[in-house]
Amino acid sequence: MAFALTQEREQQVQEILTRYPDSRAALLPVLWLCQKQHGWISPEVITFVAERLNLSTATIKGVVTFYTMFFEEPVAPNVVWVCRTLSCDLRGAKCIQEHLERRFRCRPGETSEDGKFTLLKAECLAACGQAPMVQINERYFENLDTATLDKIIDEHANNTPRSAHEG
Amino acid sequence: MSDSEPPKPPSAVPPAGSISGSSKPPARPTSTPGAGSVLPRGTVPPSGTVPPSGTVPPSGTVPPSGTIPPRNTIPPSPDGTLLTSRYRLEQSWTLPVAERAGAYRVARRALTVVKPENIKEEVKKAQIRGRGGAGFPAGVKWGFLNPQKGQQVYLVVNADESEPGTFKDRTIMESDPHRLIEGILIACYAIGAHVAYIYVRGELAFSIDRLDAALAEARAKGYVGKRPFGTLHSIEIYTHSGAGAYICGEETGLLNSLEGRRGEPRLKPPFPAIKGVFGMPTIVNNVETIAAVPDIVAMGGEAWASLSRLEKDGGVRLYGISGHVKKPGVYEAPVGITMRELIEDFGGGMLHDDRPLKAVVPGGSSTPVLRPDWKVDAPNADHPLHEWHGKSEIDVPMGVDTYRALGTMLGTCCATVMDSSVNMVDACRNLMRFYKHESCGQCTPCREGTGWLVDVLENICAGRGQESDVDLLVDIANNMTGNTICAFADGTAMPLHGLVRKFRDEFLEAARTGLPDERSLDDSTRKQVVAA
Repeated sequence: MAFALTQEREQQVQEILTRYPDSRAALLPVLWLCQKQHGWISPEVITFVAERLNLSTATIKGVVTFYTMFFEEPVAPNVVWVCRTLSCDLRGAKCIQEHLERRFRCRPGETSEDGKFTLLKAECLAACGQAPMVQINERYFENLDTATLDKIIDEHANNTPRSAHEG
Repeated sequence: MSDSEPPKPPSAVPPAGSISGSSKPPARPTSTPGAGSVLPRGTVPPSGTVPPSGTVPPSGTVPPSGTIPPRNTIPPSPDGTLLTSRYRLEQSWTLPVAERAGAYRVARRALTVVKPENIKEEVKKAQIRGRGGAGFPAGVKWGFLNPQKGQQVYLVVNADESEPGTFKDRTIMESDPHRLIEGILIACYAIGAHVAYIYVRGELAFSIDRLDAALAEARAKGYVGKRPFGTLHSIEIYTHSGAGAYICGEETGLLNSLEGRRGEPRLKPPFPAIKGVFGMPTIVNNVETIAAVPDIVAMGGEAWASLSRLEKDGGVRLYGISGHVKKPGVYEAPVGITMRELIEDFGGGMLHDDRPLKAVVPGGSSTPVLRPDWKVDAPNADHPLHEWHGKSEIDVPMGVDTYRALGTMLGTCCATVMDSSVNMVDACRNLMRFYKHESCGQCTPCREGTGWLVDVLENICAGRGQESDVDLLVDIANNMTGNTICAFADGTAMPLHGLVRKFRDEFLEAARTGLPDERSLDDSTRKQVVAA
């Protein structure tokens, strides 16, 4: 099914285009708007963006594959990124990851059995002083221990795709 | 637990006495301009000397747009801080609070009564070394601009804070976005730019929200837009979100990303100041560099520079500290404190009293590691580090030039502290995994080299290694250095070289015996994180 942005988001695109002398510069912001609406960058989204910004689908695909935050496959309503770089690892990020693997019954890169959470490993998220930490959707949760983390996960369990991506 | 709250405000900055109270006297006395000292025009002493507390103008006394405000009108912060002076105010990120505490007064004066050349001159005199990691003097960078007729100049603020261990710029964007906006206004005016982009890494959605909200407030007041403070120099400021790529912190990778391309770095020259974003002359500065501009203009470049303990490396800066310390966080201090002071006075000392400091990565993961038990070897009187000959590496003042002389780099000035429980082969593997993941893949030595480094390290840790693998690591790193478009490969090779050189025995032992999993995470850390 063809993809199109909502009228409200289309207005945002028009405003974004005024910011740059070259419409191609709007590519990342427009992809973000699409992912917020659709949850991931599907082939239909790529076709839509290519037509909207007058670029080739190959160009868009090349950009999408370069950046880790654009999802090339559908993800669960909640995406959990566990920072595993040095400062977090020194403060026990491994335990955070293992805890989530047990709770979700999945490995990083996979989605939990109940389909509510996608677990991903992240490289440094610039929260080194508040280690260990995770990013869930667009928010950071810092200075974690497993008990706190469990509560946070509980709070997210009822997110629908829309509320998660717009949260 | 702080989910979307601003980062914990930095714990109290230790009193001045504790900064200079270390075993090592500062390279030059910390000069805090006090009452009676002669200060250049427009000067605001950083410490609470003049004017006395109580004279802080209440809100609403800001002169209307277009008038020339009196000088010396920035209320000094109670603790003498500059960059972080507003962090702890309630709702510090909102315009009324920030403005009551002095925001936009310098920009108003600068844009209305100061010539752009004079601002550039003050920034040059301030000797501010770029805060993004390379340490290039910002004033000199601005001087490279030479726009031809019809060329639009752009300012791009690099907020792609991604260097492992680094988390300082975030605090400015989240706790005091108006300081950054004020700095951008002054910088745009000085370099003749009418549009500025703040390129923020995609993960920092909260920082972007704070900046966008602050920009909306500043636009509503007319500070940002067609006629800032009633002047004719229009300035538009936009945030631009990245989407997860460390390499976009490299300035030309950032420019490509901003243009809607893959964030692959460009060959230099041409440098961005000649041909940057959209083919136009562009200045790319770090968040903290730009955030310091209002203070520099308010105090005068020389006075601001003299806050530093070092020569040719001026001012105050944000220090980050993470890892095995009691009080990890971001702290403001003069340029040139020592790593020992950062760990003990600011970081609160080592996390476990029975575990001494083993190594510290001084300024983000690309900077070679320091060992407290290694001594400075500079017997010659003309060596830049001669003054510290025979002292521990962590007693050398933290400056761009001093650290370069020490064989490391100051980088982003955010230290990662490791205690005696850490195996350096494990730490090395962790960092190399990062570089493998983040290499943009454009240049073969980097794309393949980072992968090979991880493969060899995985082999060593799994017990499949041999002693010659340690030299193989060095060999791979040597073949990456200097053979690529950008500095990423060097930034990978440098910490590898540093770790192998300083902990060679540990690497050899791991190559012989492997590195069992349980050695990479100690029990006490597990107990802290895992609920009983």
